[in-house]
Amino acid sequence: MKLQISSRLAIFALIELASEPERQISVSEIGEKYGVSAHHLAKVMHTLGRAGLVRSIRGVGGGYSFSGNARRTTLLDVIMLFEDATMSDRELEKNADSTAAEWALGRILFEIDDTAKATLGSITIATMLKQIARRKGAVDLKTVVG
Amino acid sequence: MDTHKDASGTASVLQIDIRRVREADLPQVVALDERVTQIAKPDYWRDIYDRYAERRVGERFFLVAEDAGDAAEFPLLGYIVGEIRAWEFGSEPCGWVFAFSVEPGTRLQGIGERLFEAMSTEFKNIGIKTMRTMVARHNQLHMAFFRSEGMVAGPYLQLEMDLDE
Ligand SMILES: CC(C)(COP(=O)(O)OP(=O)(O)OC[C@H]1O[C@@H](n2cnc3c(N)ncnc32)[C@H](O)[C@@H]1OP(=O)(O)O)[C@@H](O)C(=O)NCCC(=O)NCCS
Repeated sequence: MKLQISSRLAIFALIELASEPERQISVSEIGEKYGVSAHHLAKVMHTLGRAGLVRSIRGVGGGYSFSGNARRTTLLDVIMLFEDATMSDRELEKNADSTAAEWALGRILFEIDDTAKATLGSITIATMLKQIARRKGAVDLKTVVG
Repeated sequence: MDTHKDASGTASVLQIDIRRVREADLPQVVALDERVTQIAKPDYWRDIYDRYAERRVGERFFLVAEDAGDAAEFPLLGYIVGEIRAWEFGSEPCGWVFAFSVEPGTRLQGIGERLFEAMSTEFKNIGIKTMRTMVARHNQLHMAFFRSEGMVAGPYLQLEMDLDE
């Protein structure tokens, strides 16, 4: 399974922001950390803003802060803002009138995609933050993602 | 006393005791299961009780969450059942959770987590290092809960076939 770069950036940005909901973080700060252009990231942030997951704060020291519900926003919710993760369902329908070999391969690929989707749809931003904190042991979350 | 934030972020206070099931709890376990699954299974629960609360209790755990406060409408707020299984599918001994439920009206207040943690403590206390369960992958609630507790996909895949095919 490969995620588009925008989906990956959106997830990283949300993790940064949700780990410190009180703080405003600038696009360039996040861009520098993940080595991406502020231009690309700005587009991603705009989409997240429209979905109500981040809020932009203007002025000096402005940037973005997290405005979603970290415990109820799943990775799939975020990914679906940037790419069509429902593809596999449609592929399966199309698959119904294909050759036997196409049908057999399609069924296997559907099984893989379906599992991936169920996994992404069950992991929330809060679960990601917990996992990161666990991995870093006793280290304070702020220093992990800050 | 357990303080937990509900979905809206407000703190609620519940007095919860986690303990082993008693025979007198059985009607409440059956009723809770019926409220959740719409099917009453008194014989099934009697059998689970006989096997998991009366026999080999050093490696079988049937735990319940009880509202320790007064005047609770449903004093029994949840249950979890688990056991050690050894050498199934060639696996080292590990702890399995195979029944788990929380009263619908008191969900999202940390009771599920308390039961889950109590079960993992029981397993750890007898030297078990891995805890397993099985979830329907389209059951988002179960998947989200176990993931949030830190569970990840294990090394085994459940396979099946339709015998009519
Ligand atoms: C799964 C279940 C046991 C969870 O119990 P609970 O007491 O509500 O769980 P908790 O309050 O301890 O929740 C712990 C975490 O799980 C996750 N979670 C629980 N319910 C969730 C939901 N509806 N949506 C998303 N995440 C959820 C959250 O991450 C939650 O942490 P948070 O409250 O900080 O967000 C309960 O929902 C249940 O009994 N479901 C039905 C089970 C069933 O069908 N049993 C019969 C067949 S075995």
